[in-house]
Amino acid sequence: MATEPYQQDIAGECVNTLGNAIGMPQLCDAWFGNQIFWLLVTLVAIYLILTKIALPRVSAVLAERSGTISNDLAAAEDLKRQAVEAETAYEKALADARAEAQRISDEARAAIKADLDAAIAQADEKIAAKSAESQKAIDEIRAGAPASVAEVARDVAAEIVKALGGKADAATVNAAVDARVKGN
Amino acid sequence: MAEPSAEGGLSFHPMDQFMIKPLFGEYGDPVSWYTVTNLTLWMGLAVVCVAGLFVFATRGRAIIPDRGQSVAELAYGFVYKMVEDVTGKDAVKYFPYIFTLFLFILFANFLALIPSSFSPTSHIGVTAVLAFAVFFAVTILGFVKNGASFLGLFWVTSAPLAIRPVLAVIELISYFVRPVSHSIRLAGNLTAGHAVLKVFAGFAQVAAISPFAILGVAAIYGLEVLVGFIQAYVFTILTCVYLKDALHPNH
Repeated sequence: MATEPYQQDIAGECVNTLGNAIGMPQLCDAWFGNQIFWLLVTLVAIYLILTKIALPRVSAVLAERSGTISNDLAAAEDLKRQAVEAETAYEKALADARAEAQRISDEARAAIKADLDAAIAQADEKIAAKSAESQKAIDEIRAGAPASVAEVARDVAAEIVKALGGKADAATVNAAVDARVKGN
Repeated sequence: MAEPSAEGGLSFHPMDQFMIKPLFGEYGDPVSWYTVTNLTLWMGLAVVCVAGLFVFATRGRAIIPDRGQSVAELAYGFVYKMVEDVTGKDAVKYFPYIFTLFLFILFANFLALIPSSFSPTSHIGVTAVLAFAVFFAVTILGFVKNGASFLGLFWVTSAPLAIRPVLAVIELISYFVRPVSHSIRLAGNLTAGHAVLKVFAGFAQVAAISPFAILGVAAIYGLEVLVGFIQAYVFTILTCVYLKDALHPNH
């Protein structure tokens, strides 16, 4: 505990003999100098720490961060644009391929049709030739038929006359047969 | 502290916590302006905390901040935005000064909540220096930036001419009361809160009411945490408002 002399000293204005505060220590003017001095030292220290180290560092970090974020956003935008472009290109390639396939199938169809038409025409030609030939044969047969009939009738008439016991005169029979056949 | 006195009753000394004592040497040694005292210690700890938060915690300079760096950036952004919003974009160059005030008051207030610590901001001698520094800086800045038109702050042109002189007197008085209210608000809040804490703690010595006293201490402590932040915020935002008056006196 304090001894007698300095209790009357500068501390004694604010502190009683038991070491307790007299009134409000805040209002003790003996301590103001100390408060003001150390406050100024403290403020200068904090100010120097902030301006020399802390604030440039924090603002640099914040600026760098916002730069990074905007860069990343721009990159994302770019990638999105690329994706859209790729999709367009894909769609275009798909449409091209579809058109190409259509073209190829059309060509094939046309070629097949041409071949088929040629074959049909050839077959028709053959059929026509064959039917003309047949017609000719039929016509020949048809043209030959009256002569054959007359000949058969002549032979039959000669045989009938012979069978009836007559004497078949070839000229008479021929004349009679010709007359009958013509008469028909 | 409260201790049973020789008469057998309780004697409270809630104000003893505010006494300034030399850190080294005998108790009761004279305290001159350069003496290293408990006030020096706790202000120094505030400086250490500022350095810890803004130098040590931000040493990574990480794009994705860790917790400490986040807190530092949050504090920076909080005060920076306050200066920008309240005072204007042209006041951003005064941000380091305002941030210094804010951080000093904030850490002094919070460190004062450590039991048996000392609260520098409860001293009117400390807060008055802060407030008058703001007052003089703002007044001088106002005249330097605006010249005589700074006096337009007191001549309210939006009011009718007849009552302008009356308003001028009121404005003038309120202007000069600013540093007083500015400093007493902070010191008074801190002093009252810490004194009440001590009174409740003193009552805790009486067995019958000690549970209530301890609950009271806990409740007041929570309140004081809020007060510690809010007073730092209020001091800072008022500084911004005063600075705005100096930079743009014609509203």
